Amino acid sequence: MAIVERPSDVLALPSGGVVTQSPLGVFARPRAKTGWRAWVTTVDHKKIGIMYGASALVFLVIGGIEALIIRAQLAAPGQKLLSADLYNQVFTMHGITMIFLAVMPMGAAFMNYLIPLQIGARDVAFPRLNALSFWTFLAGGIFLNTSWFLGGGPDGGWFAYAPNTGVIFSPSHGMDFYAIGLQITGIASLVGGVNLVVTVLNMRAPGMTLMRMPVFTWMSFVTQVLLVFAMPVISVALFLLTFDRLFDANFFNVAQGADPLLWEHLFWIFGHPEVYILILPAFGIVSEIIPVFSRKPIFGYPFMVFSGIAIGFMGWGVWAHHMFASGIGPISVAAFSVSTMFIAVPTGVKILNWMATLWGGKITFSTPLLFSIGLITMFTIGGLSGVTHAVAPADTQQTDTYYIVAHFHYVIFGGAMFGFLGGFYFWWPKVFGYFLDEKLGKVHFWLTLIGFNLTFGPMHILGLQGMSRRIHTYRDGYGFNLWNLVATVGAFMIALSFLVFFVNIVRSKRRAPSLPPPGPDPWDSRSLEWMTPSPTPEHNFDDDPIVTQLDEFWHRKYGGDEDGRMVPIATAEEVAFPGDGSRSHLPAPSYWPLVVALAFPLIGYGLIFNLVIAALGGAALLGGMVGWALEPPDDEDLPPHGHDDHDDDGSAAVEPEVASADLEEVTAGD
Amino acid sequence: MTDTAVEAPAAAADHGHAPATGISNSKLAMWVYLGSDCLLFGSLISTYLLLRHRSVEGPGPQDVFDIPFTSVSSFVLLMSSLTMALAVASIVRGDVQRNRAWLATTAMLGGVFIGGQVYEFTTFYREGLGYTTNIFGSAFYTLTGFHGLHVSVGIVMLMSLLVMSIRGNLGPDKAEAVEIVGLYWHFVDIVWIVIFTVVYLIP
Repeated sequence: MAIVERPSDVLALPSGGVVTQSPLGVFARPRAKTGWRAWVTTVDHKKIGIMYGASALVFLVIGGIEALIIRAQLAAPGQKLLSADLYNQVFTMHGITMIFLAVMPMGAAFMNYLIPLQIGARDVAFPRLNALSFWTFLAGGIFLNTSWFLGGGPDGGWFAYAPNTGVIFSPSHGMDFYAIGLQITGIASLVGGVNLVVTVLNMRAPGMTLMRMPVFTWMSFVTQVLLVFAMPVISVALFLLTFDRLFDANFFNVAQGADPLLWEHLFWIFGHPEVYILILPAFGIVSEIIPVFSRKPIFGYPFMVFSGIAIGFMGWGVWAHHMFASGIGPISVAAFSVSTMFIAVPTGVKILNWMATLWGGKITFSTPLLFSIGLITMFTIGGLSGVTHAVAPADTQQTDTYYIVAHFHYVIFGGAMFGFLGGFYFWWPKVFGYFLDEKLGKVHFWLTLIGFNLTFGPMHILGLQGMSRRIHTYRDGYGFNLWNLVATVGAFMIALSFLVFFVNIVRSKRRAPSLPPPGPDPWDSRSLEWMTPSPTPEHNFDDDPIVTQLDEFWHRKYGGDEDGRMVPIATAEEVAFPGDGSRSHLPAPSYWPLVVALAFPLIGYGLIFNLVIAALGGAALLGGMVGWALEPPDDEDLPPHGHDDHDDDGSAAVEPEVASADLEEVTAGD
Repeated sequence: MTDTAVEAPAAAADHGHAPATGISNSKLAMWVYLGSDCLLFGSLISTYLLLRHRSVEGPGPQDVFDIPFTSVSSFVLLMSSLTMALAVASIVRGDVQRNRAWLATTAMLGGVFIGGQVYEFTTFYREGLGYTTNIFGSAFYTLTGFHGLHVSVGIVMLMSLLVMSIRGNLGPDKAEAVEIVGLYWHFVDIVWIVIFTVVYLIP
């Protein structure tokens, strides 16, 4: 088998080159393996994934509290909990927090953790850049949220339409925080995007061709490509806004001849791919869960892959459907109307394939599957209301009403969020080594499902009755009272469901020692990540897994008998790696990503308040980059599992030879 | 960006196997980043095209542009692409001395271009076109400023390579680092061709 042959000089040459480089770094690379130091200096994609997930959940709680405040304000007509101004800030921050700081990073959590595992790699292509993405995102998220204490949050909506966001209409620093904060999280996304695109293209295990990659990896790949191309567009828009606000430029100054539509175009050229960035990872997650719990391979794998790619392409041609009411002219409206209807097709293909996978399967209604079915049903409702927006005349009635709010919550919460929650239950044993409780999980699911529908279902009706979005209150007597109250009750029910989720995490962890460990493959799954022990050891795979087909792991466990039926041929424990990392070579931790990331918010505060701080930030950025570049290269003196016997620099060159010899043995055994 | 180039050998050491695409991680990352940068400049250029004739006061494009001067500085920048290519060719051959000379020349030509841009901006400012004067001013300075920033970052990358070379760390084994910086440099030049045509030449 030619694919497994790895000429050892490929390895020896570069590492030999590195060794001769004199370590200029002032500081040695950090070595902590446990405690907080290990976390802040880690470059391990799994730890970074976990940190992404934890931060996303914290921001989700913050955004959720903002949602509850909004719903409390709207529970009855004429409430005075929030002033109009404060209401603007709360709904703006709710949107920004949920989209950029909760759902996107939650996707990033799954992608970071799972992509290298699913393609059989040891880590991402650039482990330090990966750490940089995470810390930059966190720094940006905290920066945005500090606006509450520094003169008020952003108040122009997450879409920030010009010229409402200019200094005249939004005099507080809120929109500055918006522009700079999103710029910072944008850097994080761009760096992460480049890194993961390269990872998927370059880091695949021997035999892992593109069309053998699990659907989750495929959908994540499309997501990352979208990020790479969408981020620069919002960056430009945010730069223009920043320059307008801070340096008196004229981009959105109508008195100087500006065209406010420019912002809308730039924003939505980014904004529409962005919604696919939110949903595609969740599509990938359910595409992993459904086959496992129906005990069938995914129906129409190539269709799943190509429909994802099609969504990725078509996502660029529909942005103006957000602007039907802005006067872009009948031809544009007609064109974007048609393209928007078209994009429902590949999405429909996916829905159909998931159902066909379930059809005739031996279904186990576990919590992950329940959430996946939740996604299919809720996303379909959201998708259908989406198609009604594509019909431009209908959309001009719906736009700026609660009908739109209902639609995008059905796709983002009912779609993305349900997928992620299912993913949490599915991969929890792999990540942490213990199961989440199924009973509480089911309570969580049903509470979420009912609460979600109570909250957002009535908004369809409210919207069609004409209730406007973004208005801090409504008057009695329009027929809005009942459904608003129902929505508020639903919102608190969602809050309760998340409480159940958090209780579940704590309780399951406490009970874990008395329960049998999940083992490498608790669900009898199909993809490579289940070939590692649970929780996944730092080095991932003991050796490169050699891939010969789609669902490699499954086919190592099951083979056809004489009648062509699938029968078990090996147990997961026999097939999985034992978790011996002595042959693996791990990248050393580094604190420079953290230093560089911390420089960004300093520059941000500086631009807003005092240029001296910005200069400090600039110096930190420069210092961080220099430190990064001059850091001593990864290190042979950091053996993965403690055999400290090699003290010469040549050891790195020797190690891979051992690994490749071993590989040949594996193939010979085949 | 400097670090991406410098990281190349370290990244290669990190990982056991040869890249599936046959293109090294660092080089592929640069390609992907450049793809992304296309949209950055695409957005900036579109913005400029939309706004350039919408000013309600102050000088417009035809009032300030000095085409012969900018043609000369554009020529200088384009020539730097040639010297960059020579720098890559020399390091591939293992000619460290020439490589150093070409890297220095490329950085210098880039510096001349930036000098020209500073001169141009100052002149325009004296002629009454400030950043906030009108919408053309904002759009023009932002677009060309972003390009100038890219060139400056490129110069920093070239200087880093030069420092590496002088310290004896840039042999033929690291030809790829030079090539990657070269990719970036050529990209920035190509963007300038578009900007020069669209902004200066087409009225």
